[in-house]
Amino acid sequence: MKIVVLVKQVPDSGAERNLRSDDNTVDRGSANNVINEMDEYAIEEALSIQEKHGGEVVVLTMGPSGATESIRKALSMGPDSAVHVADDALHGSCAVATSKVLAAAIGQLDADLIICGAESTDGRVQVMPHMIAERLGIAALTGARKLTVDGSTLTIERQTEEGYEVVTASTPAVVSVWDTINEPRYPSFKGIMAAKKKPLETKSLADLGVDASEVGFDGATSTVVEHSKRPPRQAGNKVADSGDGGVQLVQYLSSEKFV
Amino acid sequence: MADRVAPLDLIDVDALHSEEELQVRDVVRRLVADKVRPYVADWYERGEVPVRELAKDLGKTGLLGMHLTGYGCAGASAVAYGLACLELEAADSGLRSLVSVQGSLAMYAIWRYGSEEQKQQWLPAMAAGDAIGCFGLTEPDHGSDPASMTTRARRDGDDWILTGVKMWITNAPVADVAVVWARTDDGINGFVVPMDTPGVTANTIKHKLSLRASMTGELVLDGVRLPADALLPAARGLKAPLSCLTEARYGIVWGALGAARDCLHTAIDYATSRVQFGRPIAGFQLTQAKLADAALELQKGYLLALHLGRRAELGLLRPEQVSVGKLNNVREALAIARQCRTILGANGISAEYPVMRHAANLETVLTYEGTSEIHQLVVGQQLTGLAAFAS
Repeated sequence: MKIVVLVKQVPDSGAERNLRSDDNTVDRGSANNVINEMDEYAIEEALSIQEKHGGEVVVLTMGPSGATESIRKALSMGPDSAVHVADDALHGSCAVATSKVLAAAIGQLDADLIICGAESTDGRVQVMPHMIAERLGIAALTGARKLTVDGSTLTIERQTEEGYEVVTASTPAVVSVWDTINEPRYPSFKGIMAAKKKPLETKSLADLGVDASEVGFDGATSTVVEHSKRPPRQAGNKVADSGDGGVQLVQYLSSEKFV
Repeated sequence: MADRVAPLDLIDVDALHSEEELQVRDVVRRLVADKVRPYVADWYERGEVPVRELAKDLGKTGLLGMHLTGYGCAGASAVAYGLACLELEAADSGLRSLVSVQGSLAMYAIWRYGSEEQKQQWLPAMAAGDAIGCFGLTEPDHGSDPASMTTRARRDGDDWILTGVKMWITNAPVADVAVVWARTDDGINGFVVPMDTPGVTANTIKHKLSLRASMTGELVLDGVRLPADALLPAARGLKAPLSCLTEARYGIVWGALGAARDCLHTAIDYATSRVQFGRPIAGFQLTQAKLADAALELQKGYLLALHLGRRAELGLLRPEQVSVGKLNNVREALAIARQCRTILGANGISAEYPVMRHAANLETVLTYEGTSEIHQLVVGQQLTGLAAFAS
């Protein structure tokens, strides 16, 4: 089984993140750039499937040249090789354009299974698995908290607010995973040293047969017109207990869907 | 308030490392944050450590015998090994001791001086953390002067019979195998001793006031019969165990800095939030003087450790150079820990903060693997050409 894992480099969600003032895109220059956290779970899932069923795991990343660092880190966890789609024309691409590029890259890889994180911590739009599956004409099993592979049959438990749904599809398919699905491994020292020597192929838009006008700012279906800093946090509500404090607390928790 | 710079970022030491070295460091830092930091104060208080469980996690990552090659070992560089020791000891000196003894003493002795059969039998299991090793050199009455050891190995037919007592043996109470040094008719020799051999007993040393998150034992060898192939064939004389100690000491040169860094981080965090006389105590000149001096010693120690590491990578590191590093870095780390303790005031003695634990641990690190005084004599001998050791 050939598994492609989508890995995105994002600004560290634990630190301060900014949008650039010149073109409203994510400011990668000043950020500490890391592997999107959810993608580590996707890598782990791919590796554990490989351990059970054999095959090959390929990391696929679209991003600027600096994303190579995250690709090497992903490879140090154990995947066999990586493809890095890098092209200056990609800067400013929207989700729709990104899905076009990734689908074209996947199309060249002849994958049986595509695994990705359910969302990235920068964009958080959660549409990539659906868009890619649509473009490739294959099934999308999204939001998995469990994935079982039985021959060409894939079964997931899709996490919902109330519980989970069991969804089945045949390969090839796209599966997106939540961080409840597994516990990602630490890269081993051998893995770190081996990662340097693993094949990493860089592909341009021309290599993928995608026209530059379809991506970047020119091809974007949405535009960020302006942005501003989030307002400072407001003070919380204080519930004074005059006999009905408990009820008020439960009402609040219920309204916020905590209970 | 302007942004704060982490002590080790003052002179950008990261710029001296390869990406691979930094990655190794990050993995160990993450492992320690997940598996050790939340629990270590409790282990310390109870004087118990889940060594076997920890060894599995450490082995999976490749930390055990990481600087050795083959037999399941990671084959990492000396500097990567040093960075790992630093991150381990930033959690607790006991954790670094566990790794040092396993990798640099027990595994190294077998890797360097063992037969192919001994290596095959023990190294892969030890690298994986499935087998724990210890190293028996020190005796109750022979510490700095191991040449006077009284543990004896005599021949009985092809077999060897070992008799003696080894003391202050890290990992002994949980070990599967001991590398034991004993006097034979040929001088000092090393033996690979499975801990389940009849006549071997490991007694846990209790009531320690330092290095409590580490298992320490007394190793009693009472007429232990071993087959001929238990002898480490390539180890001849005291040079062999001393070469193992040089390996372990190199890890301490880095490790001690980890304990110091953790103390300094804690002290800076504390001083910037603790308000007295209407402002954070970090804003007082006396506190800043302490922090600045500590940060300086930390940087200097780091540059020294890194220099020694780069020499080791070229195969040019000499034992007396490791003495320079161990003497300086442990002494300064202890001074930093004590100074940071004063910044935390009464809170400094609480297990809520790691500072007193590090300070107490470093008292052990100061005298194990060669006391400060012995290392002064080693350096002194280099400078004068005169040996000031007795006899």
